[in-house]
Amino acid sequence: MLATYTPVVGGVLIGVAALALWFGNGRTAGVSGILGGIVRPRQGDVSWRLAFVAGLVLAGAIGYALKHESIAPSPRPLAWLAFAGLLVGVGTRVGGGCTSGHGVCGVARGSRRSWAATATFVATGMVTVTLLRLWGNTR
Amino acid sequence: MKQPRSRLLVAFAAGLVFGAGLLLSGMTRPAKVIAFLDPLGAWDPSLALVMAGAVSTYAIGIRWGGSWRRRAPLDAPLLSMPPVARIDVPLLVGAAIFGVGWGIGGYCPGPSLVALASGGSGVLVFVGCMVLGSFAATLLDTTPQRSAPRRNGEALQS
Repeated sequence: MLATYTPVVGGVLIGVAALALWFGNGRTAGVSGILGGIVRPRQGDVSWRLAFVAGLVLAGAIGYALKHESIAPSPRPLAWLAFAGLLVGVGTRVGGGCTSGHGVCGVARGSRRSWAATATFVATGMVTVTLLRLWGNTR
Repeated sequence: MKQPRSRLLVAFAAGLVFGAGLLLSGMTRPAKVIAFLDPLGAWDPSLALVMAGAVSTYAIGIRWGGSWRRRAPLDAPLLSMPPVARIDVPLLVGAAIFGVGWGIGGYCPGPSLVALASGGSGVLVFVGCMVLGSFAATLLDTTPQRSAPRRNGEALQS
């Protein structure tokens, strides 16, 4: 029962946080972009990014302490996760955003680029999962 | 540009609430994300509700708060509204690569950072490689980063 609502509540919280960052700091809440500015820092533009990431990690620590099941390990093998991480890192920088920057903020703003990016990564994500499942079934 | 403490506090609080949202929505459970990306298999469509909730909240908030030009904080040194530009090849290629990685691992950037707190080896490896990939991609970008604030829609000077 409660489980039906939590995705919506979670989504609303994500939206509220993104609004706070926008109206408070004039920044789009795109996690890959925020991280990108830490990886390649520009002077005077790093500390707020670190603060945002610290908030994310602390939220995870609190959530995990309260309820271990809220964070689960990925079912994929370690080597796959390494490859996946590389693809996500490269792809989000080349494409200028991820699920939050394009998928939430950009789509909500009605940006054509973000709509196109979101449709693309959801599509390739679905194709990837489907192919991996079929490949796993045949082994 | 020195960052006022209030700006850091806003960013920290936003990260905290954002992370709570990801936790509540189930995005930090990669098997659930993978099931969302599997419409022809044992599909779990519930993550579409996460996006619906987040997008509608942000869309209403942005509209309610007025246009971003009027309401963006006047003292903000940089406004990060990505430039309105056409759909180009890097956008689509990058998004396609990201989607493949998302489907393999079940992690996108936000949830992976939240999940770091569990200390699992898988998520540590994922985030380490994601940071490497992000760094590698910016190295490929030969434009001097200081003089190109518009690159990747990162920071649009206003």
